[in-house]
Amino acid sequence: MRSILSVAGAVAWRMLHNNFSTPSLLIPGLVFPLFFFTAFAGGLSRVNDVPGFQFPVGYTAFQFVFVLLQSAAFAGVFTGFGIVRDFESGFIRRLMLAAPDRRGIVLGYLFGALGRWIVTATVLTIVAVAVGMQIGGNGVDLFALYALAVLVNFCGLLWASGVAMRLRTLQAGPIMQLPVFLCLFFAPVFVPVALLAHWLRVIAHLNPVTLLLETGRSLIAGDATHVAAAFATAVALVGVFSVWALRGLRKAEAAGG
Amino acid sequence: MSLAAQVFYLGRRSVIRILRQPANWIFPLVFPLALMAVNTGGLHAATNLPGFPSDSFVAFFLAFPFIQGALFATVNAGVDLARDIQTGFLNRLALTPMRSGALLAGHLGGVLAVGALQALWYLTVGLVIGVRFESGAAGALVVFLLAVLIVFAFGSFGALAALRTGSTEAVHSLFPLFFVFLFISSMNLPRNLIETEWFRVAASLNPVSYLIEAIRSLVIEGWNAEALALGFGIAIALAIVGLTLSSLALRGRMART
Repeated sequence: MRSILSVAGAVAWRMLHNNFSTPSLLIPGLVFPLFFFTAFAGGLSRVNDVPGFQFPVGYTAFQFVFVLLQSAAFAGVFTGFGIVRDFESGFIRRLMLAAPDRRGIVLGYLFGALGRWIVTATVLTIVAVAVGMQIGGNGVDLFALYALAVLVNFCGLLWASGVAMRLRTLQAGPIMQLPVFLCLFFAPVFVPVALLAHWLRVIAHLNPVTLLLETGRSLIAGDATHVAAAFATAVALVGVFSVWALRGLRKAEAAGG
Repeated sequence: MSLAAQVFYLGRRSVIRILRQPANWIFPLVFPLALMAVNTGGLHAATNLPGFPSDSFVAFFLAFPFIQGALFATVNAGVDLARDIQTGFLNRLALTPMRSGALLAGHLGGVLAVGALQALWYLTVGLVIGVRFESGAAGALVVFLLAVLIVFAFGSFGALAALRTGSTEAVHSLFPLFFVFLFISSMNLPRNLIETEWFRVAASLNPVSYLIEAIRSLVIEGWNAEALALGFGIAIALAIVGLTLSSLALRGRMART
């Protein structure tokens, strides 16, 4: 266990150091969620008046939850780009030779993605509160909301890590991004499920992101619903994607890094 | 070789290069329509807002893929031009009797050809999914012409970025900037229904709003002279500015090489 943690600590520190000392990596990760939050919450606030739309704490909070989960998922995916860069530069090959337990590499990237997202989530939350977002939930509700987002962050990283370790090229970027993007947007992004077009409603009901999103929104509104189901789903997804990432690691090992 | 022949060969090279990279034409054909599907599925309830100008959100939103497709064409072609600079192709070309204007015209000719194919595709998809143009067949033709003009105008700025920086990364970084212009516009709601004041002001100052509204007017209103004059006027003005600046940049680039 100690050997896993020592490898993970080193990989995470390096990942975070690279991220926070390279503006071209740091700035998009911070700016894009803020931009989506601005565009959706600012530009579409009138959607609050659509007949049948009822969200007690307002459209800004409604969109905040989506952007929070989106930023969590994409912090994981963008860390996946860093994994690919490490493959292309040959860093992982050297790391694999040096690491006593290579599972620590995946864990390190996981911690790196988490650290990266924590900064984004902090900035996003400060901005949302500064522009007057209403919060109906108590401290426990908010803790659960952020915990749910952490699990989404893990899912994003483990998915991207599995792809990165199998393909080991930056050309894999769209394969990492596109499924995550589609899962996020084929969910009730702009309005509740009941107001979606019929075809999108059918897809949204099959999409696990819908459950996470609706639970997140219920938590910020202070009217928690389906919390156990949402956490069970998120934990199950983390489990599935952990297997995906670790099998990817084995494939990378077999390919010689 | 005549100037026209030089333009033809360079334009043909530009088009063939795009066709040989499937990601460069599949993504612009599919992604804007996927985003349109998601947005129309999610926001169709917005047609119930008092004062919303159409019963069909698909018809309202059809302008979006034309603009986003133009952005894709611009960035992809700009990246190709920057790659020519990075790989030294432009240096070798400078040793031939080719006129510098032919390079720009050939490059923009390639962008135009791709943009025209994209515009035809979006028009066809729009008609197939049941959008009826209030301005009739002539209106659809004007939409096509305006879309091609917009691609030309944006393309000249893509060329400018490539010629000024000579860096594919710098041209890639233009995409988020264009994206900001697209999202902080009247793409999702008419400006008079945007509730947040600063957003409404930003959308009113944003030229992309008028490009969208010109295309949209032909689809949902019929012949709106003011919207068309603004749309064509802004597209022509952008093209003149972009073309002038990129010609100057080309002169500087050729002098440096």
